[in-house]
Amino acid sequence: MRPFDYVRARDIAGAVAAAAEPGAAYLAAGTNLLDLMKGGVSRPTRLVDITRLPGLAAVTATQGGGLRIGALARNSDLAHDQAFARAYPAVAEALLSGASAQLRNAATAAGNVMQRTRCPYFADTASACNKRRPGAGCEARGGETRLSAVLGWSEHCIATHPSDFCVPLVALDAVVEIASPAGSREVPLEAFHLLPGDAPERETVLEPGELVTALRLPAEAAAFAGHSRYLKVRDRTSYAFAVVSAAAALRLDGPRIAEARLALGGVALKPWRARAAEAALAGREPDATAFRDAADAALAGATPSGDNGFKIELARRIVARALTLAAAGTPERLPALPASAFAPIPGAASP
Amino acid sequence: MTDTASRPDPAPRPLRQGSSIGQPLTRRDGVLKVTGAARYAADHSPPGMLHAVMAVSRIARGRVAHLDVAAAEAHPGVVAVMTPRNAPRLARHPDEKGDPFTFRLDLLQDDRVRYANQPVAVVVAETLEAATEGAALLAPRFEAEPPATGLDADGRFVPGAIGIGDPPDVVKGDVEAGLAAASRRIEATYETAAQYHNALEPHAVVASWDGDRLSLEMPSQGLAMAQGRIAGLFGIDPGDVHIRSPFLGGGFGSKGMVAGPQVLGIMAARLVGRPVKLVMRREQMFGPVGHRAPTRQTLRLGTDEAGALTALDHHSLTASSTFDDFFEPSGGVSHTLYAAPAIATRHEAVRLDTGTPLFMRAPGEASGSAALESAVDEMAQACGMDPLAFRLRNYAEAEPVSGKPFSSKALRECYAQGAERFGWSARPLAPRQMRDEAGLLVGWGLGTATFPALMFQAQARAELRASGDATVEIGAIDMGQGAWTSLAQIAAEELGLDIDRIDFRIGSSDLPDGGIAGGSAHTATAGAAIHGAAAQVVAQLAALATADPASPLYGAGNAGVVARGGRLLRRDDEGRGEDFVAILARAGRGAVEGRGTGAPDPAARDAYAMHAHGAVFAEVKVDPDLGQIRATRLVGAFAAGRIINPRLVRSQYYGGMIWGVSFALQEQAVMDPRSGRPMNANLAEYHVPVNADVPSLEAILVEEADPHVNPLGIKGVGEIGVTGTAGAIANAVWHATGIRVRSLPITLDRLL
Amino acid sequence: MSIDIVLTVNGTRRTIPIADPRVTLLDLLREQLGLTGAKKGCDRGQCGACTVLVDGRRINGCLALAVSLDGADILTIEGLAQGEALHPVQAAFIAHDGFQCGFCTPGQIMSAVGLIREAQAGDDPERVREAMSGNLCRCGAYAGITAAVLDAQRAVNQGEAA
Repeated sequence: MRPFDYVRARDIAGAVAAAAEPGAAYLAAGTNLLDLMKGGVSRPTRLVDITRLPGLAAVTATQGGGLRIGALARNSDLAHDQAFARAYPAVAEALLSGASAQLRNAATAAGNVMQRTRCPYFADTASACNKRRPGAGCEARGGETRLSAVLGWSEHCIATHPSDFCVPLVALDAVVEIASPAGSREVPLEAFHLLPGDAPERETVLEPGELVTALRLPAEAAAFAGHSRYLKVRDRTSYAFAVVSAAAALRLDGPRIAEARLALGGVALKPWRARAAEAALAGREPDATAFRDAADAALAGATPSGDNGFKIELARRIVARALTLAAAGTPERLPALPASAFAPIPGAASP
Repeated sequence: MTDTASRPDPAPRPLRQGSSIGQPLTRRDGVLKVTGAARYAADHSPPGMLHAVMAVSRIARGRVAHLDVAAAEAHPGVVAVMTPRNAPRLARHPDEKGDPFTFRLDLLQDDRVRYANQPVAVVVAETLEAATEGAALLAPRFEAEPPATGLDADGRFVPGAIGIGDPPDVVKGDVEAGLAAASRRIEATYETAAQYHNALEPHAVVASWDGDRLSLEMPSQGLAMAQGRIAGLFGIDPGDVHIRSPFLGGGFGSKGMVAGPQVLGIMAARLVGRPVKLVMRREQMFGPVGHRAPTRQTLRLGTDEAGALTALDHHSLTASSTFDDFFEPSGGVSHTLYAAPAIATRHEAVRLDTGTPLFMRAPGEASGSAALESAVDEMAQACGMDPLAFRLRNYAEAEPVSGKPFSSKALRECYAQGAERFGWSARPLAPRQMRDEAGLLVGWGLGTATFPALMFQAQARAELRASGDATVEIGAIDMGQGAWTSLAQIAAEELGLDIDRIDFRIGSSDLPDGGIAGGSAHTATAGAAIHGAAAQVVAQLAALATADPASPLYGAGNAGVVARGGRLLRRDDEGRGEDFVAILARAGRGAVEGRGTGAPDPAARDAYAMHAHGAVFAEVKVDPDLGQIRATRLVGAFAAGRIINPRLVRSQYYGGMIWGVSFALQEQAVMDPRSGRPMNANLAEYHVPVNADVPSLEAILVEEADPHVNPLGIKGVGEIGVTGTAGAIANAVWHATGIRVRSLPITLDRLL
Repeated sequence: MSIDIVLTVNGTRRTIPIADPRVTLLDLLREQLGLTGAKKGCDRGQCGACTVLVDGRRINGCLALAVSLDGADILTIEGLAQGEALHPVQAAFIAHDGFQCGFCTPGQIMSAVGLIREAQAGDDPERVREAMSGNLCRCGAYAGITAAVLDAQRAVNQGEAA
């Protein structure tokens, strides 16, 4: 790691002021930032420690009936909060399917949103990467692309966003609250992360020095509580990033779907809201045909960015499964065990 | 305790159940390990010590064109930058070959790059942070040449020898005729991925020079070999190299030979004149410390109408580095497992711009077994036979290629006990017949496990003192298999002493040469040496007592006494005996000493084929839509001769079986063919099993007595669990899905 | 410029000068405080060998900056046993042979202690396996680890109920 100034911020204004200088980075838990610094990907000259900013870890109800998740709320605290898990079960499931218990105990809500891609060519400083060095080229193209993007990628970048947490959040219309040198502003999470286009170095809408202070769920988000799931498929049972994941949430009106929410993870450089699929589900009966149609709609624009065409079909199947699970109802015990599909069956299987 | 090379504390009393061979003692180093008091190499920090961090190559072939040494040297805290320009000259070039166990090392003697992650410089600094940043500041630039990657590389050839000195081609009978005469045939090609040992403890060294005397804290699976190699490189006397390695944080073969980075730490200490600690970073371990080479194996099998094999042809293509030789001997399993009148195994290789591959837990057997067991299943399927029935139909009563009788072989019992426990008889023959209540596809598969019962060389020393306490010394190694416990049990048994009365010392090169902890042969070899040393002690005691008219044993003769519980007893009348203390006191002896050797018996090995065997039954569940796979249940039944400590042996089997799961479903190094760089050189993306991947495990210890294999009848258990398991899982995946995946690991995309 | 921080380490409150803010909690423990029980297996939050409790929660010591933890309470493997008396998790790891080489063991044990405090897994082995999945064991001692955690959890909970 390059030597850096360590600045402990006492309030938001002080933090934003301290982080205004080039080369500064915010430090919360550091679970992603330190990893990047050890790999030489991030080389900040100043760390502004925001862990002591007052009130930023709080999770509070908003006036309109929504929920405000402070930037410093720890992933595990949020997931293990029973009231939270009951209201937003897919979010709790997503949190608990990410990383490990140790990392979830440290990592913060805003840090999760701010985490950088796991693209191996981004992590490997010997590789060309337009994110790390604009204009250098994308060495991932034509390289190891099994887990690369299938939606929203460009010839300049085929990386994916690794967050689980963001996937249900984007489906539930979460909003990002931002402190700026000029005051504060907010941005829908769906618009917060940027697709690579021809400027993959620009990852979010944040301007230099801006600080995420909270994530907000609107009141309507809780209306999906009875039919919400997060499904993550990965290459080992736990402690692995998604190959593809999906968050599905349904609001049923009698035998029909009044409103559907759907988002995908592991497929694009941002948590991917599948609005066309949502539209395809509205008013339909929650059955296999509807879910298959939704899956087709969700992946309609997908194209392989390399040797990863399988992810498109896998994503379709995950969408259909996540919708099926959501329709069946949120499980009793929350959060559901991420690996529950593989729970051992007493007495073992017999023919 | 100050010196970890002697005497770990005993386990808490309530957990102890006995003190000698066959008892399931808990680990004698247990308390040290659960309290954090077990000190591994990197836990040492002698006074004045500096930290060293390597910079490594980011190309696979070419040369280092530039290192920004000035930038590194300018970083506060950096003491020295070691590059080819100032690296200490060595007494012997590190590319000079000696015995087959001498592998070429990259020790900054020139600017060549022959694989990715090859060390190109070492930065030494007052703090770890400064050394780490110093290494980053070197920002090496390279002149790259296109690397050779992958098994399709040019220049395929037949290696002179595979493994350690085995012939590449072995032929018995006429395979082509056998295949031509067969009424059913299969031919299939299987691929296994490159794998990296990834012991959780990165290779490390803490080196302190005192003139030409060198003290090392260094994990090593073979102390005497490491001592000799280091002495040769530095031109010093092997006796001046003092290595302490009381605990290894896993080895799996990668710490069998001293690794280049460890030597670099020693060189750095010489350069700066202070003790130096060098610990590899995880990503650096994907290059200079060995790996399991990838393989492509083509098997051709034929049977007659009754399902009896008429021929077995096993061709392997593997890879070594461009500059050294290690060829994964995948075909070996086909020499021993199934009876066939015609068997041929052949090996070819290509040279790639990688670090040199090395022994990795069950080298050859693991990859070969994965392919052979899959092929045997495919053959059984072609015959319409149950996979177990097919294996029994082709059971080898004598070793097929050599024709030798087995020194012992309880494989039939393994099949029977494992099948019974697993419930195999309920398995439907056709695939894709079973589902669980959640709708997941369920499949059952079988693999036969096998591993040779090897013996290497070791020496031990035992001393019984007038107090009735003993010291047993051997430079043996505990890398997790439990040498601190099981070898002490052998010592206690053979000395006839309570285990707590023995000061049992291992893990130091200052002790008698304990040989190498590898080849699943360490307990047998070191145990035989201890057995010999203890026998000498007992023989001397017996000579003293039986010749002494004052002893109740007078006249009993050497063969007429047995040592037990700190006493010598008459065999024919155990009521007559005498305390060791009394015997020594009356003889006026302060101590008696014995020395013993463990070594293979050439005559026995000439006469018999010696192998451990087992049968692994696996259940997998597969999501029919998403392809996600999980091994949910494994039952392994193993026969490996005499069992010293069933608790520890069971753990070895479990560990091996989990490696089999990993082999079948997870592990693979992903190389970018353009750069030759491993793109998943970390533990987040190079997947090894996590706890949630681990199914219900059972290991059945099948009884087997072997009078030929070595004095203690031990066959070794460390590696056999990997064999059989990978094939069993691949077969279970087929049985669950109807899809035969012939390229391991089987990832979910193969099943969509 | 050195920054003084205050940490309570295994019950002892101490002022620790941090000469270099780059020092992680793991490196502080291992290289400056002589507490080498926590291990460095990957240094990137990918293996769990460095697991310690910070303010009662298990985290990866390798991915925490020491200077940022000013005021925290740290429990490492060295502070777990009460004198000669092993913590129930430690005793259970020995009894169930929940380790081989022992390198991941301090992290496994601290993770298990954290898991029991979190009280989320209950007595469901599958949840215990999932909750222990942040600790790699290359030797493959997982069966013993899971059994040990379940056993120790019972012992701890009974001890608290009594």
